[in-house]
Amino acid sequence: MKFIDEYRQSDLAHKLAEEIARLTDQPLKLMEVCGGHTHTIFKYGIEDLLPPNIEMIHGPGCPVCVIPLGRVDDSISIAFQPNIIFTTFGDMMRVPGSKTNLLNAKAAGADVRMIYSPLDALKIAKKNPDRHVVFLALGFETTAPSTAMTVLQATKDRVENFSVFCNHIMIVPALLGLLDSPDLKLDGFLGPGHVSTVIGTRPYEFVAKEYGKPLVVSGFEPLDVLQSVHKIVKQIIEGRAEVENQYGRAVARDGNPKALRAIFEVFEARDYFEWRGLGSIARSGMKLNRKYAAFDAELKFAVPGLRIADPKACQCGEILKGVKKPWECKVFGTACTPETPIGSCMVSSEGACAAYYNFGRLSKVAERSGMNSAVARG
Amino acid sequence: MCLAIPGKVVEIVDPENHLAKVEVGGVKRNINISLLDAVEEGCYVLIHAGFALSKIDEREAEETLRLLQEMDSYEEEFDQYRSSLD
Ligand code: SF4
Repeated sequence: MKFIDEYRQSDLAHKLAEEIARLTDQPLKLMEVCGGHTHTIFKYGIEDLLPPNIEMIHGPGCPVCVIPLGRVDDSISIAFQPNIIFTTFGDMMRVPGSKTNLLNAKAAGADVRMIYSPLDALKIAKKNPDRHVVFLALGFETTAPSTAMTVLQATKDRVENFSVFCNHIMIVPALLGLLDSPDLKLDGFLGPGHVSTVIGTRPYEFVAKEYGKPLVVSGFEPLDVLQSVHKIVKQIIEGRAEVENQYGRAVARDGNPKALRAIFEVFEARDYFEWRGLGSIARSGMKLNRKYAAFDAELKFAVPGLRIADPKACQCGEILKGVKKPWECKVFGTACTPETPIGSCMVSSEGACAAYYNFGRLSKVAERSGMNSAVARG
Repeated sequence: MCLAIPGKVVEIVDPENHLAKVEVGGVKRNINISLLDAVEEGCYVLIHAGFALSKIDEREAEETLRLLQEMDSYEEEFDQYRSSLD
């Protein structure tokens, strides 16, 4: 496929990796913020290609992985209210709440439907005028414009039986949270590519200016990731800290103005939003603003709204901060698998635990953890 | 779930409602293009959750590849240079 295959040439990938190795043998910790990059890194074995002094830390940029237990419980409670059709993205179905998940709620009789686009939820609402359709909205600025545009469409079409349970989050407050976290030692960042198609590269400039860390916004194919790592390492050895854009084919410095306008029109920042594993982060979540209150499911339905602690065994928080590796969790691959996830990092294919489980190089897991490989995955 | 995928615009289906048919790996679907300006048949867009989020800039795409390839040839030269030493 065009714009995909040419960024997967393995001979070039090997050359790039050699070039990175040639630049330095200094130990460096680089974080890929975005779950999409985590996926690429595992799927193509990029950790094996990179020289051993470069360690990739898998960051919190998977919106499914950071949605807290309490919000999942709230979703299930809405789904079970009378006359509701509850819609959301497929990735959300298995995310565990404190007791159960949406897939089980569906099996138990709630009308839960998987959709591809929020516009599909609006269509369902138009087809079922005697029922109320709720869309569980989640995701970073990548996904927020599609929810915003759908709310604007619903306003225009005067659809009254549609509302949004909004869990959209913002990438910059999360980055700030990470940069300010004392147990975190990072040398540079691979910046999220798809979020940046919307917000552009400007909002990251503080990472370079105020925290002195290089950040390279990167595409999602293996050569994109390797080229970005190369750019970061080059900045480090040359003593620079800048924001660079490797993904120029899709990302403009100012992002997508229409998408930003839609976000600002429909949403406003919440004072606080809870992130699974990372705790409460100021002004990191979005909610519908007053003008669109008629579409706000939180105002329509009484939700328990409880704050529920993450399961004790689960190390997702440490993993999302890059302090621990998935294989350091005691239940990884035994009690916790993609079929029976305990924590949310095991649910989405972009979560670090699921990526390790699905594509993990067993030899690497074994070698790094000092286990023998038979124990590594039973 | 944050992934956006590149697709080719094969037809502007309904300009008034900003709908275009976009093909990804042989599969076609109507995609909302209201977040972009001047989407034409034949251009490539990144799509996510039913919306086209950005146009793929072919010139930039070629530039990225050119830099990669240049590094490749630089490296060959470097190898020759290095091996010429002994
Ligand atoms: S393996 Fe499962 S329980 Fe352990 S940190 Fe990952 S998601 Fe949480």
